[in-house]
Amino acid sequence: MSGSHGDGHGDGLHVPGHTVVHHVPAHAALLGVVAFVLVVVATPATEPLAYAGYALLLGAAVVLAGLAPALVLKRMVVEVPFVVFALLVPFVAAGPRVEVLGVAVSQPGLVDAGALLAKATLGVVAAIVLSATQHPRALLLGLSRLRVPDLVVTIAGFMFRYTQVVLDEMRRMRVAREARGFEATSVRQAKVLAQSAGALFIRSYERGERVHLAMLSRGWDGAMPALTDLRRETVRRGAWLPAAVLPLAALAVLTVQLTTSRGLAP
Amino acid sequence: MHVPDGFLDAPTSVATGVVALAGVGICLRKARAELDERTVPLAGLVAAFVFATQMFNFPVGAGTSGHLLGGALAAMLVGPWLGALCVSVVLLVQAVLFADGGLTALGTNIVLMAFVTTAVAWGIISLSARVLPRTAASAVGTAFVAAVVSVPVSALAFTGLYSIGGTTDVPLGALAGAMVGVHLLIGLGEAAITALAVSSVLAVRPDLVAGARHLLPQDGDLAMSPRSVS
Repeated sequence: MSGSHGDGHGDGLHVPGHTVVHHVPAHAALLGVVAFVLVVVATPATEPLAYAGYALLLGAAVVLAGLAPALVLKRMVVEVPFVVFALLVPFVAAGPRVEVLGVAVSQPGLVDAGALLAKATLGVVAAIVLSATQHPRALLLGLSRLRVPDLVVTIAGFMFRYTQVVLDEMRRMRVAREARGFEATSVRQAKVLAQSAGALFIRSYERGERVHLAMLSRGWDGAMPALTDLRRETVRRGAWLPAAVLPLAALAVLTVQLTTSRGLAP
Repeated sequence: MHVPDGFLDAPTSVATGVVALAGVGICLRKARAELDERTVPLAGLVAAFVFATQMFNFPVGAGTSGHLLGGALAAMLVGPWLGALCVSVVLLVQAVLFADGGLTALGTNIVLMAFVTTAVAWGIISLSARVLPRTAASAVGTAFVAAVVSVPVSALAFTGLYSIGGTTDVPLGALAGAMVGVHLLIGLGEAAITALAVSSVLAVRPDLVAGARHLLPQDGDLAMSPRSVS
């Protein structure tokens, strides 16, 4: 649990850099992203141009942060199960039918599914920019600056640390299973995997107990010293300003879009 | 499946956010009674474990895959309050670091996957602790039932929220049917894994299974806990 910079605990999540996006304090970045997504969510499904505007804004943020598009695309995989659901919506939704490629689908369902996909995708990309430009430790600090209870932040910190430990242990156990000629090929072998999960829990837990004793002997008193020190650092005035740009620009896009489409309406 | 941004309208998301905040507050207060500085790292470990088990994805057809929710497992291992807290932390970290589940849908996800699952699971666990014989087998059976019931109930709760604040016009009956059907399957997978994991933890360290605490010898706490040295 070293405090050194550039350690592997981020495991590819955090892309180090010195851009204006990277230098936003974590709590401001968190608030900025949440505010941006709120504007996106509040946009009516009938304003497709507004979504395009948000996408341009986010694209600008990705470029400003110097993130490789391939990395962003790769992390968007978490959205896939949801995309499948959204694609089904036009087929099951109510309302008048329209023909798309020879198949009758619900017209409002089509509009809704498009808006659903746009909103979810914008939210996912915004969160990817956040986690790629802020170190996990900084994000924990940001949460704590936003008054998330210490207990939650501490559990999250331990969870993040232990996830690496548990995954390593999982890998070792898989190697051990495979070294003994076992390979999960059918559902009937689920028993072995579940027993491995039980063993994994016990091993990790007992390791946690040892780690905890080691922490106590080094003076652990219930709060992460590194986090407490960091929280005392003062944030430069106005450092949060760049974080406000994204949600404010999105709000401007929404306002312009709403007024023009209302103006065009008969 | 984690609820993404924009799936439920803004008022519903805000309302579930408020419920989630209040619920986490209650969990914090209740869990603090069980949690001292000693067990905070261990709570982090349970959260990490739930996180790791959520990576077990299994296909449920139509190109979708389901993952374990872990609520029943967490309730069984550390009790309802700490369990719900651990799953909430998992969801928070997933939303902030992995873009899994929308940031504005975090409240919804916490209510559905942390509160509903652990509450249902713990209801079943505490009921069966009263009526079933005090054997390891009944604890394992309880874990199975708790998991298999908690997942479709969570899906039903999702459908309920959707009927209030859904942004698409999908007929409710069809949605409820599909959600419960799919999640019954996921629940069976989750139940099998939860029961087997609980049974192997019970065999080695029964003191680590909160849902089977009534099975332990009651003659003094010292006998049950090698951890009490600290």
